[in-house]
Amino acid sequence: MVTDPEPLSVRRAAGLASLLAGVLTVGCGPGPLYYWGHYEPLVYEMYASPGKALPAEQIDELTEDIATAQAKGRPVPPGVHAHLGYMYLQQGNAAAAREQFEIEKGLFPESTVFMDRLLSRMAAQ
Amino acid sequence: MSRGRMALGAALATLVGCATIPPPDYSGYRAHVPRSILVLPPQNETTDVTAPYDYLATVTRPLAEAGYYVFPVAVIDAFLKENGLPTAGEMHAVPLGRIREVIGADAVLYVTIEDWGQKYRVISSDTVVKARASLIDVGTGETLWTGIAFAQQSSAAGQSDPLAMLIAALITQVVSSATDPAHGLASTANGVMVFDRNRGFLLGPRHPGFAQDVRGR
Repeated sequence: MVTDPEPLSVRRAAGLASLLAGVLTVGCGPGPLYYWGHYEPLVYEMYASPGKALPAEQIDELTEDIATAQAKGRPVPPGVHAHLGYMYLQQGNAAAAREQFEIEKGLFPESTVFMDRLLSRMAAQ
Repeated sequence: MSRGRMALGAALATLVGCATIPPPDYSGYRAHVPRSILVLPPQNETTDVTAPYDYLATVTRPLAEAGYYVFPVAVIDAFLKENGLPTAGEMHAVPLGRIREVIGADAVLYVTIEDWGQKYRVISSDTVVKARASLIDVGTGETLWTGIAFAQQSSAAGQSDPLAMLIAALITQVVSSATDPAHGLASTANGVMVFDRNRGFLLGPRHPGFAQDVRGR
């Protein structure tokens, strides 16, 4: 007897999941717009357990996320580069912070006023 | 009348009953769909000190996936604190003109946590998250949208809403939900708040379905 490579329950679950995904995106578009990685879990962790998610760890994880997104050809969500820049700032690495704020601005011009504010504040210090 | 027809009639009556709740008026929102949303740290009417950050850590994803630029929530929080606004209450009191000048947001989402965390009952415990939210146009001060982020889960097996659970699994990676059950539920609540077909947000300019969104029409 040949075993069914894809049992009915799996297919049904997949069907239900895609149906729900359709409902969530209001029937438009092919799925998530962004590759999310660890951005939101890191935001959660830095508040929930302040001793964890220190800037160095966050920089590592977000840098890895950005590389993964690039490898997959997917965009990173709004705020990731700004958050990464802020983590560099916490470490005193102004050049890297500036670079990330500029990337955020380039990807999302909606952030221009705020990114320029952060950049000019750095220049004044 | 057959039993099937009676059931259909009852179902229709239920639907009609639902229809008496007026759908929200999207005309102001549609006329000023923002490109960017600033989510300020929520005000907290509960005693759960983690609630605002549970909320803040799960709101970016649905809003961004709906097509909006969402300002980096933790950077905004730190920036405002560094600029002499240590509490959510003070942040919520910043005039819109100042927000436009300093941050450049098109709209602000003001959130107040109403109910949060586990409630222990005699034989079960329920986890509840409930927050009210208003989306305000920074240019005009007009209220574009108001709504509730709500989700509830019972510890008793089989009583949690399977649809809500699936939505949660789809739109978020549930983190630390074993130690903080409200955190996983918060992403469900925020996902439903944004994507609810009748009362959710309009799709934003970065969503491919932006032009075709028919909500409220």
